[in-house]
Amino acid sequence: MTINVGATVNGKEVSAEVEARTLLVQYLRDHLGLTGTHVGCDTSQCGACVVHVDGQAIKSCTILAVQCEGANMVTIEGLADGDTLHPMQEAFRDNHGLQCGFCTPGMVMAAVDLVTRYPRPSEELVREQLEGNLCRCTGYHNIVKSVVAGAEAMAS
Amino acid sequence: MYDFIYHRATSIGDAQSIFKNSEDPVYLAGGMTVLPTMKQRLANPSDVIDLGKIDGLTGVERDGDEIVVRAMTTHAAVAASSEVAAAIPALAALADSVGDPHVRNRGTIGGSIANNDPAADYPAALVGLGGTVVTTSKEVAADDFFTGMFETVLEPGELITAVRFPVPEAAHYMKFPNPASRYALVGVMVARTGGVVRVAVTGAGPCVFRIGEMEAALAANFRPEVIENIVVAADGLNSDIHAGSDYRAHLVGVMASRAVAACG
Ligand SMILES: Cc1cc2nc3c(=O)[nH]c(=O)nc-3n(C[C@H](O)[C@H](O)[C@H](O)COP(=O)(O)OP(=O)(O)OC[C@H]3O[C@@H](n4cnc5c(N)ncnc54)[C@H](O)[C@@H]3O)c2cc1C
Ligand code: FES
Ligand code: FES
Repeated sequence: MTINVGATVNGKEVSAEVEARTLLVQYLRDHLGLTGTHVGCDTSQCGACVVHVDGQAIKSCTILAVQCEGANMVTIEGLADGDTLHPMQEAFRDNHGLQCGFCTPGMVMAAVDLVTRYPRPSEELVREQLEGNLCRCTGYHNIVKSVVAGAEAMAS
Repeated sequence: MYDFIYHRATSIGDAQSIFKNSEDPVYLAGGMTVLPTMKQRLANPSDVIDLGKIDGLTGVERDGDEIVVRAMTTHAAVAASSEVAAAIPALAALADSVGDPHVRNRGTIGGSIANNDPAADYPAALVGLGGTVVTTSKEVAADDFFTGMFETVLEPGELITAVRFPVPEAAHYMKFPNPASRYALVGVMVARTGGVVRVAVTGAGPCVFRIGEMEAALAANFRPEVIENIVVAADGLNSDIHAGSDYRAHLVGVMASRAVAACG
Protein backbone atom coordinates (compact mmCIF):
# COMPACT_ATOMS: atom_id res chain seq x y z
CA MET A 1 0.00 0.00 0.00
CA THR A 2 1.41 3.45 -0.91
CA ILE A 3 0.30 6.68 0.70
CA ASN A 4 1.18 10.30 0.17
CA VAL A 5 2.68 11.80 3.31
CA GLY A 6 2.88 15.57 3.57
CA ALA A 7 4.51 17.43 6.45
CA THR A 8 6.60 20.44 7.35
CA VAL A 9 10.27 19.58 7.81
CA ASN A 10 12.71 22.27 8.94
CA GLY A 11 10.20 24.92 7.94
CA LYS A 12 9.63 23.58 4.43
CA GLU A 13 6.50 21.91 3.09
CA VAL A 14 7.42 18.44 1.88
CA SER A 15 5.59 15.43 0.56
CA ALA A 16 6.42 11.99 -0.77
CA GLU A 17 4.66 8.85 -1.91
CA VAL A 18 5.70 6.04 0.45
CA GLU A 19 4.77 2.51 1.43
CA ALA A 20 2.68 2.27 4.59
CA ARG A 21 5.54 0.45 6.33
CA THR A 22 8.02 3.29 5.69
CA LEU A 23 9.51 4.47 8.95
CA LEU A 24 9.92 8.17 9.57
CA VAL A 25 13.70 7.82 9.46
CA GLN A 26 13.50 6.24 5.98
CA TYR A 27 11.17 8.99 4.86
CA LEU A 28 13.67 11.60 6.01
CA ARG A 29 16.79 9.91 4.70
CA ASP A 30 15.67 8.08 1.56
CA HIS A 31 12.82 10.23 0.34
CA LEU A 32 13.85 13.71 1.46
CA GLY A 33 17.62 13.18 1.37
CA LEU A 34 18.04 14.40 4.94
CA THR A 35 20.76 11.98 5.93
CA GLY A 36 21.82 13.79 9.10
CA THR A 37 19.40 11.61 11.05
CA HIS A 38 21.13 8.28 11.63
CA VAL A 39 20.07 4.70 12.18
CA GLY A 40 22.26 3.14 14.86
CA CYS A 41 20.42 0.14 16.23
CA ASP A 42 17.08 0.08 14.47
CA THR A 43 15.67 -1.48 17.67
CA SER A 44 14.52 1.67 19.52
CA GLN A 45 17.47 1.71 21.89
CA CYS A 46 20.26 4.03 20.72
CA GLY A 47 18.64 7.39 19.91
CA ALA A 48 20.85 8.14 16.87
CA CYS A 49 17.55 8.70 15.02
CA VAL A 50 16.02 11.30 17.38
CA VAL A 51 14.14 14.15 15.69
CA HIS A 52 11.48 16.56 16.90
CA VAL A 53 7.87 15.95 15.84
CA ASP A 54 5.43 18.67 16.88
CA GLY A 55 7.90 19.87 19.50
CA GLN A 56 8.68 16.48 21.02
CA ALA A 57 11.83 14.39 20.73
CA ILE A 58 11.03 10.95 19.35
CA LYS A 59 12.89 8.00 17.87
CA SER A 60 12.25 8.22 14.14
CA CYS A 61 13.03 4.51 13.67
CA THR A 62 10.00 3.65 15.79
CA ILE A 63 7.26 5.69 14.15
CA LEU A 64 5.70 5.30 10.73
CA ALA A 65 6.01 8.16 8.28
CA VAL A 66 2.21 8.07 7.81
CA GLN A 67 1.72 8.74 11.52
CA CYS A 68 3.46 12.08 10.94
CA GLU A 69 1.06 13.30 8.24
CA GLY A 70 0.66 17.06 8.72
CA ALA A 71 3.25 17.22 11.50
CA ASN A 72 5.82 19.93 12.03
CA MET A 73 9.24 18.35 12.27
CA VAL A 74 12.78 19.48 12.94
CA THR A 75 15.83 17.39 12.13
CA ILE A 76 19.51 18.08 12.82
CA GLU A 77 19.68 19.91 9.46
CA GLY A 78 17.13 22.42 10.75
CA LEU A 79 18.98 23.58 13.85
CA ALA A 80 21.67 25.85 12.43
CA ASP A 81 20.81 29.33 11.22
CA GLY A 82 22.65 29.46 7.90
CA ASP A 83 26.33 29.20 8.75
CA THR A 84 25.73 29.93 12.41
CA LEU A 85 25.53 26.74 14.42
CA HIS A 86 22.84 26.28 17.06
CA PRO A 87 24.31 26.96 20.54
CA MET A 88 23.97 23.26 21.37
CA GLN A 89 25.92 22.26 18.24
CA GLU A 90 28.56 24.87 19.08
CA ALA A 91 28.78 23.51 22.64
CA PHE A 92 29.40 19.97 21.35
CA ARG A 93 32.22 21.34 19.19
CA ASP A 94 33.74 23.43 21.97
CA ASN A 95 33.62 20.63 24.53
CA HIS A 96 34.79 17.81 22.29
CA GLY A 97 31.38 16.16 22.75
CA LEU A 98 31.88 13.84 19.80
CA GLN A 99 34.45 11.50 18.38
CA CYS A 100 33.18 9.52 15.39
CA GLY A 101 30.04 11.67 15.38
CA PHE A 102 27.59 8.90 14.62
CA CYS A 103 25.45 9.43 17.73
CA THR A 104 25.80 13.21 17.60
CA PRO A 105 22.70 14.22 15.61
CA GLY A 106 20.50 12.26 18.03
CA MET A 107 22.43 13.53 21.04
CA VAL A 108 22.04 17.14 19.95
CA MET A 109 18.33 16.77 19.17
CA ALA A 110 17.76 15.04 22.53
CA ALA A 111 19.79 17.75 24.27
CA VAL A 112 17.83 20.62 22.73
CA ASP A 113 14.60 18.89 23.77
CA LEU A 114 15.80 18.33 27.32
CA VAL A 115 16.78 21.98 27.69
CA THR A 116 13.26 23.06 26.72
CA ARG A 117 11.98 20.96 29.62
CA TYR A 118 14.84 21.64 32.04
CA PRO A 119 16.43 25.01 31.16
CA ARG A 120 19.41 24.73 33.57
CA PRO A 121 20.03 20.99 33.97
CA SER A 122 22.54 19.55 36.42
CA GLU A 123 25.06 16.99 35.18
CA GLU A 124 23.15 14.29 36.99
CA LEU A 125 19.88 15.24 35.29
CA VAL A 126 21.59 15.31 31.89
CA ARG A 127 22.88 11.78 32.46
CA GLU A 128 19.41 10.62 33.44
CA GLN A 129 17.75 12.33 30.49
CA LEU A 130 20.23 10.87 28.00
CA GLU A 131 19.08 7.38 28.97
CA GLY A 132 17.75 6.85 25.45
CA ASN A 133 20.94 7.90 23.63
CA LEU A 134 23.93 5.63 23.33
CA CYS A 135 27.47 6.59 22.36
CA ARG A 136 30.14 4.02 21.56
CA CYS A 137 33.06 6.45 21.61
CA THR A 138 33.14 9.25 24.11
CA GLY A 139 32.34 7.65 27.45
CA TYR A 140 29.69 10.37 27.82
CA HIS A 141 31.70 12.79 30.00
CA ASN A 142 32.22 15.34 27.27
CA ILE A 143 28.68 14.89 25.99
CA VAL A 144 27.34 15.75 29.44
CA LYS A 145 29.69 18.76 29.62
CA SER A 146 28.51 19.85 26.17
CA VAL A 147 24.84 19.65 27.12
CA VAL A 148 25.34 21.66 30.31
CA ALA A 149 27.31 24.30 28.39
CA GLY A 150 24.78 24.28 25.54
CA ALA A 151 21.97 24.84 28.02
CA GLU A 152 23.83 27.84 29.47
CA ALA A 153 24.34 29.25 25.98
CA MET A 154 20.69 28.70 25.07
CA ALA A 155 19.59 30.52 28.22
CA SER A 156 21.69 33.60 27.45
CA MET B 1 8.71 -5.05 8.35
CA TYR B 2 6.14 -6.61 6.03
CA ASP B 3 3.75 -4.19 4.35
CA PHE B 4 0.18 -3.78 5.57
CA ILE B 5 -2.90 -1.69 4.98
CA TYR B 6 -2.82 1.47 7.06
CA HIS B 7 -5.99 3.01 8.49
CA ARG B 8 -6.24 6.31 10.31
CA ALA B 9 -9.26 5.82 12.57
CA THR B 10 -11.46 8.87 13.04
CA SER B 11 -13.44 7.65 16.04
CA ILE B 12 -13.62 4.70 18.42
CA GLY B 13 -16.54 3.29 16.43
CA ASP B 14 -14.58 3.67 13.19
CA ALA B 15 -11.57 1.87 14.70
CA GLN B 16 -13.71 -1.00 15.90
CA SER B 17 -15.55 -1.39 12.62
CA ILE B 18 -12.27 -1.46 10.64
CA PHE B 19 -11.02 -4.05 13.13
CA LYS B 20 -14.11 -6.21 12.56
CA ASN B 21 -13.74 -6.05 8.80
CA SER B 22 -10.01 -6.83 8.64
CA GLU B 23 -8.33 -10.18 8.40
CA ASP B 24 -5.60 -9.87 11.03
CA PRO B 25 -5.63 -6.32 12.36
CA VAL B 26 -3.70 -4.59 15.12
CA TYR B 27 -4.36 -1.29 16.86
CA LEU B 28 -1.48 1.19 16.86
CA ALA B 29 -1.21 3.52 19.85
CA GLY B 30 2.29 4.79 20.70
CA GLY B 31 3.81 2.01 18.62
CA MET B 32 6.63 1.45 21.12
CA THR B 33 5.82 -2.25 21.30
CA VAL B 34 3.90 -2.93 18.09
CA LEU B 35 6.44 -1.36 15.71
CA PRO B 36 9.59 -3.02 17.13
CA THR B 37 7.71 -6.34 17.02
CA MET B 38 6.70 -5.79 13.39
CA LYS B 39 10.20 -4.66 12.46
CA GLN B 40 11.55 -7.95 13.75
CA ARG B 41 8.84 -9.72 11.73
CA LEU B 42 7.52 -11.30 14.90
CA ALA B 43 4.14 -9.87 13.93
CA ASN B 44 2.70 -9.56 10.46
CA PRO B 45 -0.68 -7.84 10.72
CA SER B 46 -2.75 -7.40 7.55
CA ASP B 47 -4.10 -4.06 8.77
CA VAL B 48 -2.73 -1.43 11.15
CA ILE B 49 -5.36 0.79 12.73
CA ASP B 50 -3.83 4.04 14.00
CA LEU B 51 -5.62 5.41 17.08
CA GLY B 52 -3.49 8.56 17.09
CA LYS B 53 -5.98 10.93 15.51
CA ILE B 54 -9.09 9.95 17.50
CA ASP B 55 -10.39 12.92 19.49
CA GLY B 56 -11.05 12.64 23.20
CA LEU B 57 -8.67 9.79 23.99
CA THR B 58 -5.96 11.87 25.65
CA GLY B 59 -5.78 13.84 28.86
CA VAL B 60 -5.81 13.51 32.61
CA GLU B 61 -8.44 14.83 34.99
CA ARG B 62 -9.47 14.62 38.59
CA ASP B 63 -12.96 13.22 39.09
CA GLY B 64 -13.92 13.31 42.79
CA ASP B 65 -11.53 11.01 44.61
CA GLU B 66 -10.17 9.48 41.43
CA ILE B 67 -7.64 10.41 38.76
CA VAL B 68 -8.83 9.52 35.28
CA VAL B 69 -6.19 8.99 32.60
CA ARG B 70 -7.46 8.52 29.06
CA ALA B 71 -6.02 5.62 27.11
CA MET B 72 -3.88 7.50 24.57
CA THR B 73 -2.21 9.72 27.19
CA THR B 74 1.55 9.36 26.88
CA HIS B 75 3.85 8.44 29.75
CA ALA B 76 5.42 11.91 29.40
CA ALA B 77 2.02 13.59 29.78
CA VAL B 78 1.22 11.57 32.91
CA ALA B 79 4.65 12.38 34.34
CA ALA B 80 4.15 16.10 33.64
CA SER B 81 0.50 16.34 34.77
CA SER B 82 -0.02 18.74 37.68
CA GLU B 83 -3.22 16.83 38.61
CA VAL B 84 -1.30 13.58 38.91
CA ALA B 85 1.58 15.24 40.76
CA ALA B 86 -0.82 16.72 43.30
CA ALA B 87 -2.97 13.63 43.86
CA ILE B 88 -0.72 10.61 43.23
CA PRO B 89 2.94 11.67 42.95
CA ALA B 90 3.93 7.99 42.93
CA LEU B 91 2.07 7.58 39.63
CA ALA B 92 3.86 10.57 38.07
CA ALA B 93 7.20 9.15 39.20
CA LEU B 94 6.32 5.72 37.82
CA ALA B 95 5.42 7.20 34.43
CA ASP B 96 8.68 9.17 34.46
CA SER B 97 10.65 5.96 35.03
CA VAL B 98 9.47 4.21 31.87
CA GLY B 99 12.23 3.71 29.29
CA ASP B 100 13.68 7.04 28.18
CA PRO B 101 12.29 10.50 27.30
CA HIS B 102 11.73 9.62 23.63
CA VAL B 103 9.85 6.43 24.49
CA ARG B 104 7.80 8.36 27.07
CA ASN B 105 6.85 10.91 24.41
CA ARG B 106 5.17 8.17 22.34
CA GLY B 107 4.18 5.25 24.60
CA THR B 108 0.68 5.35 26.06
CA ILE B 109 -0.97 4.00 29.18
CA GLY B 110 -3.55 2.09 27.13
CA GLY B 111 -0.89 0.40 25.01
CA SER B 112 1.18 -0.49 28.03
CA ILE B 113 -1.62 -2.21 29.93
CA ALA B 114 -3.14 -3.86 26.82
CA ASN B 115 0.27 -5.34 26.13
CA ASN B 116 0.82 -6.46 29.75
CA ASP B 117 4.54 -7.08 29.45
CA PRO B 118 5.67 -8.94 32.59
CA ALA B 119 8.24 -6.18 33.20
CA ALA B 120 6.00 -3.19 32.46
CA ASP B 121 5.50 -0.56 35.14
CA TYR B 122 1.85 0.44 34.73
CA PRO B 123 0.38 -2.95 35.75
CA ALA B 124 1.92 -2.38 39.20
CA ALA B 125 0.28 1.05 39.38
CA LEU B 126 -3.10 -0.31 38.32
CA VAL B 127 -3.11 -3.21 40.76
CA GLY B 128 -1.24 -1.41 43.56
CA LEU B 129 -3.57 1.55 43.56
CA GLY B 130 -6.66 -0.60 43.01
CA GLY B 131 -7.55 1.08 39.72
CA THR B 132 -10.24 0.32 37.17
CA VAL B 133 -9.83 -0.19 33.43
CA VAL B 134 -12.59 1.32 31.31
CA THR B 135 -13.09 -0.27 27.90
CA THR B 136 -15.56 0.03 25.06
CA SER B 137 -17.63 -2.76 26.58
CA LYS B 138 -16.93 -2.96 30.31
CA GLU B 139 -15.32 -1.62 33.47
CA VAL B 140 -12.91 -4.05 35.06
CA ALA B 141 -11.10 -3.90 38.38
CA ALA B 142 -7.35 -4.02 37.79
CA ASP B 143 -7.18 -7.16 39.95
CA ASP B 144 -9.23 -8.97 37.29
CA PHE B 145 -7.78 -7.29 34.20
CA PHE B 146 -4.31 -8.84 33.98
CA THR B 147 -4.67 -12.59 33.47
CA GLY B 148 -1.18 -13.82 32.56
CA MET B 149 2.00 -13.14 30.64
CA PHE B 150 1.05 -10.66 27.87
CA GLU B 151 -2.60 -11.55 28.56
CA THR B 152 -5.58 -9.55 29.70
CA VAL B 153 -9.37 -9.89 29.68
CA LEU B 154 -9.59 -7.73 26.53
CA GLU B 155 -11.57 -9.37 23.75
CA PRO B 156 -10.47 -8.98 20.10
CA GLY B 157 -11.35 -5.49 18.91
CA GLU B 158 -12.18 -4.19 22.39
CA LEU B 159 -10.52 -0.88 23.16
CA ILE B 160 -9.35 0.58 26.45
CA THR B 161 -10.67 4.12 26.69
CA ALA B 162 -9.46 5.20 30.13
CA VAL B 163 -7.97 4.12 33.43
CA ARG B 164 -9.23 5.30 36.82
CA PHE B 165 -6.99 5.47 39.87
CA PRO B 166 -8.43 6.09 43.34
CA VAL B 167 -6.37 8.73 45.16
CA PRO B 168 -4.51 7.00 48.03
CA GLU B 169 -3.41 8.54 51.33
CA ALA B 170 0.11 7.41 50.66
CA ALA B 171 1.78 5.48 47.87
CA HIS B 172 5.22 4.84 46.51
CA TYR B 173 6.64 2.89 43.58
CA MET B 174 10.09 1.44 44.04
CA LYS B 175 11.69 0.09 40.90
CA PHE B 176 14.90 -1.80 40.39
CA PRO B 177 15.41 -1.11 36.70
CA ASN B 178 17.29 -3.36 34.37
CA PRO B 179 20.40 -1.21 33.88
CA ALA B 180 20.23 -1.57 30.08
CA SER B 181 16.55 -1.51 29.14
CA ARG B 182 15.08 0.34 32.15
CA TYR B 183 12.24 -2.16 32.26
CA ALA B 184 11.52 -3.30 35.82
CA LEU B 185 13.66 -6.20 36.99
CA VAL B 186 11.38 -5.83 39.97
CA GLY B 187 8.99 -2.98 40.72
CA VAL B 188 6.77 -2.72 43.78
CA MET B 189 3.87 -0.31 44.25
CA VAL B 190 2.71 0.09 47.84
CA ALA B 191 -0.44 2.11 48.54
CA ARG B 192 -2.35 2.83 51.73
CA THR B 193 -5.93 4.10 51.80
CA GLY B 194 -7.92 4.08 55.04
CA GLY B 195 -7.02 0.80 56.75
CA VAL B 196 -6.34 -0.94 53.46
CA VAL B 197 -2.86 -1.56 52.11
CA ARG B 198 -2.04 -2.96 48.67
CA VAL B 199 1.33 -4.32 47.57
CA ALA B 200 1.67 -5.05 43.84
CA VAL B 201 4.74 -6.51 42.18
CA THR B 202 5.78 -6.31 38.54
CA GLY B 203 8.85 -7.68 36.77
CA ALA B 204 9.31 -10.56 39.17
CA GLY B 205 6.71 -13.00 37.85
CA PRO B 206 4.99 -13.74 34.55
CA CYS B 207 2.27 -11.23 35.47
CA VAL B 208 1.71 -8.55 38.13
CA PHE B 209 0.73 -10.03 41.52
CA ARG B 210 -0.13 -8.96 45.07
CA ILE B 211 1.41 -10.15 48.31
CA GLY B 212 -1.42 -10.71 50.79
CA GLU B 213 0.87 -11.48 53.72
CA MET B 214 2.64 -8.13 53.38
CA GLU B 215 -0.65 -6.30 52.91
CA ALA B 216 -2.09 -7.78 56.13
CA ALA B 217 1.04 -7.03 58.15
CA LEU B 218 1.19 -3.46 56.83
CA ALA B 219 -2.53 -2.87 57.44
CA ALA B 220 -1.88 -3.66 61.12
CA ASN B 221 1.29 -1.60 61.34
CA PHE B 222 2.49 0.45 58.38
CA ARG B 223 6.20 0.22 58.95
CA PRO B 224 8.97 -1.33 56.81
CA GLU B 225 10.17 -3.57 59.69
CA VAL B 226 6.96 -5.59 59.75
CA ILE B 227 7.59 -7.03 56.30
CA GLU B 228 11.33 -7.50 56.53
CA ASN B 229 11.01 -11.12 57.63
CA ILE B 230 8.32 -12.11 55.18
CA VAL B 231 9.90 -14.60 52.79
CA VAL B 232 8.92 -14.27 49.14
CA ALA B 233 9.03 -17.68 47.46
CA ALA B 234 11.17 -17.88 44.31
CA ASP B 235 8.97 -20.65 42.86
CA GLY B 236 7.35 -19.52 39.65
CA LEU B 237 9.23 -16.22 39.46
CA ASN B 238 11.07 -15.20 36.30
CA SER B 239 14.60 -16.44 35.78
CA ASP B 240 16.55 -15.15 32.80
CA ILE B 241 19.90 -13.67 31.76
CA HIS B 242 19.07 -10.51 33.72
CA ALA B 243 18.39 -12.14 37.10
CA GLY B 244 17.59 -15.49 38.66
CA SER B 245 14.29 -16.14 40.42
CA ASP B 246 15.91 -16.25 43.87
CA TYR B 247 17.49 -12.84 43.29
CA ARG B 248 14.18 -11.44 42.07
CA ALA B 249 12.42 -12.89 45.13
CA HIS B 250 14.95 -11.16 47.37
CA LEU B 251 14.54 -7.88 45.46
CA VAL B 252 10.76 -7.97 45.96
CA GLY B 253 11.24 -7.82 49.74
CA VAL B 254 13.85 -5.07 49.53
CA MET B 255 11.83 -2.94 47.09
CA ALA B 256 8.64 -3.41 49.14
CA SER B 257 10.36 -2.30 52.37
CA ARG B 258 11.88 0.72 50.66
CA ALA B 259 8.53 1.64 49.14
CA VAL B 260 6.88 1.54 52.58
CA ALA B 261 9.69 3.61 54.10
CA ALA B 262 9.36 6.16 51.28
CA CYS B 263 5.61 6.52 51.96
CA GLY B 264 6.66 8.26 55.20
C1 LIG C 1 13.42 1.32 24.43
C2 LIG C 1 12.14 1.04 25.16
C3 LIG C 1 12.14 1.01 26.55
C4 LIG C 1 10.97 0.76 27.26
N1 LIG C 1 11.02 0.73 28.63
C5 LIG C 1 9.91 0.48 29.33
C6 LIG C 1 9.91 0.48 30.77
O1 LIG C 1 10.93 0.74 31.43
N2 LIG C 1 8.74 0.21 31.40
C7 LIG C 1 7.58 -0.03 30.73
O2 LIG C 1 6.56 -0.26 31.37
N3 LIG C 1 7.53 -0.03 29.40
C8 LIG C 1 8.66 0.23 28.67
N4 LIG C 1 8.59 0.26 27.29
C9 LIG C 1 7.31 -0.01 26.62
C10 LIG C 1 6.51 1.28 26.49
O3 LIG C 1 6.03 1.65 27.77
C11 LIG C 1 5.33 1.16 25.55
O4 LIG C 1 4.74 2.40 25.56
C12 LIG C 1 4.24 0.18 25.85
O5 LIG C 1 4.69 -1.14 26.01
C13 LIG C 1 3.22 0.10 24.72
O6 LIG C 1 2.50 1.27 24.60
P1 LIG C 1 2.23 1.92 23.20
O7 LIG C 1 1.30 3.02 23.41
O8 LIG C 1 3.51 2.22 22.54
O9 LIG C 1 1.41 0.75 22.45
P2 LIG C 1 1.54 0.06 21.04
O10 LIG C 1 2.90 -0.48 20.85
O11 LIG C 1 0.98 0.95 20.01
O12 LIG C 1 0.51 -1.11 21.29
C14 LIG C 1 0.78 -2.19 22.20
C15 LIG C 1 -0.38 -3.20 22.17
O13 LIG C 1 -1.53 -2.66 22.80
C16 LIG C 1 -2.64 -2.60 21.90
N5 LIG C 1 -3.33 -1.34 22.23
C17 LIG C 1 -2.80 -0.10 22.22
N6 LIG C 1 -3.68 0.80 22.68
C18 LIG C 1 -4.82 0.11 22.98
C19 LIG C 1 -6.09 0.48 23.51
N7 LIG C 1 -6.37 1.75 23.83
N8 LIG C 1 -7.01 -0.49 23.70
C20 LIG C 1 -6.71 -1.79 23.41
N9 LIG C 1 -5.55 -2.20 22.91
C21 LIG C 1 -4.59 -1.26 22.70
C22 LIG C 1 -2.02 -2.65 20.53
O14 LIG C 1 -2.89 -3.16 19.57
C23 LIG C 1 -0.85 -3.56 20.77
O15 LIG C 1 -1.24 -4.89 20.75
C24 LIG C 1 9.75 0.51 26.56
C25 LIG C 1 9.73 0.54 25.16
C26 LIG C 1 10.91 0.81 24.46
C27 LIG C 1 10.85 0.84 22.97
S1 FES D 1 18.11 3.82 15.35
FE1 FES D 1 16.36 4.55 16.39
S2 FES D 1 16.83 4.17 18.44
FE2 FES D 1 18.58 3.33 17.41
S1 FES E 1 30.84 9.85 19.03
FE1 FES E 1 30.97 7.88 18.15
S2 FES E 1 29.10 6.98 18.82
FE2 FES E 1 29.15 8.82 19.91
